[in-house]
Amino acid sequence: METDFTTSRLTGWGQTSPSSARTAEVSRGDVAAFIKDSNRRGVLMRGLGRSYGDAAQNAGGVVLTLKGSAQEAVLDVEAGTLTAGAGVSLHDLLKVIVPRGFFVPVTPGTRFVTVGGAVASDIHGKNHHVEGSFGNHVRRLTLMLADGTIHEIGPEQNPSLFWATVGGMGLTGVILDATFALIPIETSLCTVNTIRCRNIDVLIEEMSHGDDDYRYSVAWADLLATGSRLGRSVLWRGDHTKLAELSSKDAANALRYQPRHLATVPPVVPSFGFVNKLSSTVFNELWFRKEPRRKEGGHKSIPSYFHPLDAIGSWNRLYGAGGFLQYQFALPFGREDELRQIIEKVAVSKTASPLVVLKRFGASNPAPLSFPMPGWTLTVDIPARAEGLGILLHTIDEMVMQSGGRHYLAKDAHTTPLAISRGYPRLEEWKQIQRSVDPDRRWQSDLARRLELI
Amino acid sequence: MENAVGEVQNILVLGGRSEIGVAIARELVTPSTQRVTLACRQPVESRDVEASLARNGLRVESVSFDAADTASHAGFVDNIVAGSGDLDVVILAFGILGSQEQCDDDAQSAVKIAHTNYTGAVSIAMEITKRFRQQGHGRLIILSSVAGERTRKANYVYGSTKAGLDAFAQGLSDAMVGSGASVMIVRPGFVHSAMTTGMKAAPFSTTPDVVAKLTVKGLRAGKRIVWTPGILRWVFMVMRHLPVAIWRRMPMG
Repeated sequence: METDFTTSRLTGWGQTSPSSARTAEVSRGDVAAFIKDSNRRGVLMRGLGRSYGDAAQNAGGVVLTLKGSAQEAVLDVEAGTLTAGAGVSLHDLLKVIVPRGFFVPVTPGTRFVTVGGAVASDIHGKNHHVEGSFGNHVRRLTLMLADGTIHEIGPEQNPSLFWATVGGMGLTGVILDATFALIPIETSLCTVNTIRCRNIDVLIEEMSHGDDDYRYSVAWADLLATGSRLGRSVLWRGDHTKLAELSSKDAANALRYQPRHLATVPPVVPSFGFVNKLSSTVFNELWFRKEPRRKEGGHKSIPSYFHPLDAIGSWNRLYGAGGFLQYQFALPFGREDELRQIIEKVAVSKTASPLVVLKRFGASNPAPLSFPMPGWTLTVDIPARAEGLGILLHTIDEMVMQSGGRHYLAKDAHTTPLAISRGYPRLEEWKQIQRSVDPDRRWQSDLARRLELI
Repeated sequence: MENAVGEVQNILVLGGRSEIGVAIARELVTPSTQRVTLACRQPVESRDVEASLARNGLRVESVSFDAADTASHAGFVDNIVAGSGDLDVVILAFGILGSQEQCDDDAQSAVKIAHTNYTGAVSIAMEITKRFRQQGHGRLIILSSVAGERTRKANYVYGSTKAGLDAFAQGLSDAMVGSGASVMIVRPGFVHSAMTTGMKAAPFSTTPDVVAKLTVKGLRAGKRIVWTPGILRWVFMVMRHLPVAIWRRMPMG
């Protein structure tokens, strides 16, 4: 077979650290031929490029995107499971399954991620404290190893390779398809309770005691506010709306699903971008004020509750030519003081954009490189050219390490191999499994090189 | 690899005893940096430089490199890569200033300067960028000089090598667009350093540390050309067009 590559400059969603690779969009049957045609710089699969850092880049090597169609996905209504190609996006799947009364088991803040990426990053969502991460719901998957052989693996079938692949950042093989459990839903709406919290202490208190009563919980925090308003926030908690909650008129169309597209940010944005201290401060003030102090039972659509930013195409361009990074870490329970100290460090630096999320995690799963751990996770978007950002992040890295916390590989664009080996005590165990299935280092990525994962 | 804020892991200084080259390396070192390699003719002579860069968790080492021995350059790059992996930033900082009087007496002195500063630089830059193309990323910083903007009678041999190198670097920089790697040109004015000890300072003179700060700032902002100090860009915009009769008589060393 003829393998036809294009040379492309790739970055993550944060648009930082570009590198060049030979790329191709391939169908399932052609993957093996394209893999054979790689050089010493190896191969990596890339989905929709929504990892913020360099996880889906492979400088000087081959980067393949797997074609996929939601129409070919198989929905087993009896079992409540879906089998889909790894290249299919949650966006396309939702359009098929929501009208039929199902929702994905886990969704991140964007629906523009692929099934393969969801497994490889072991993504989490607002329901982690109750239902765990994506890998918890995968029943089986098909993995192509470096030698081109194809294997069926799952929690019961070759579990060590399965769990090394979940959260394995694409470094164990090519995920070709996966079967995962769905959440049955009666309507396409969510019933959401809103609480405004005047500072981080109130928020932590509220989440610690109330989260477990809700399937979904997530908080937005203002990381520019300081003093007694440090970490002031808005907490949204809810679940899928039951049919009985709707009026008979609305019930007729209960499963309607029409994600709206409002606008796309044009490719030409001034190089300094639109996200700065002034615009972020104004935004945060308005965003905080617009929410009621306490509201019970409002209805939101799936897109507006789970994927509000997806309504704006290419919103990452708002940061200008310098791009941005998303810093996400987790700290175990009992480290709330350290969490507060980190929030204070970020707030004082005045570097954060309005995109800040705090989430309370539940139990971990058996994957050695899975990010979620029982505790807290904070996510902060920061323009990459912010003055003194490197030093600030190294300081926070140190605090995260000292507190027994860790960084999320799918987001990381800055940290060091040391922080990763400290944060993931089972990294060596994962490396052994990885080496056993890829002795010739076929699978490579910029992330893996930078953080010495392989 | 380079991270999102422009911190790099692996730095190579070609001309490991160059004060400007080392100052740039020092400015580039962050907690993410793992290795600085100083390449110079006599590695024993850069021990003091190694010590000045030493930091916890950072490997600093010197290796033998002869800019004039162009036949050795391909092997040199292979060895460096075999030992330390991908090159993130390479600083091409070697060069001989020489003495114009000596060149006037002995043509071979002029040839030696031309060979090292131009031919040697072209040779190693081609090898480095060839490697950059293979690895799909990397940044090459080429130290040019305002002496090449308009050559003057006091050091025209040196100036002409920098003029040639600068022109070469501009073309190379354009050629690397789309490769994932980049080439940046730095044009310092008169820099107070060992190379210029005893010389009369020209206007807008600067120090290696200032050159280093502006270079790293320019690198992180993705600049193609950096003047140090920045005002020289405008000064030379005028100088370049001065009538020869005036230029020849300019009191600049």
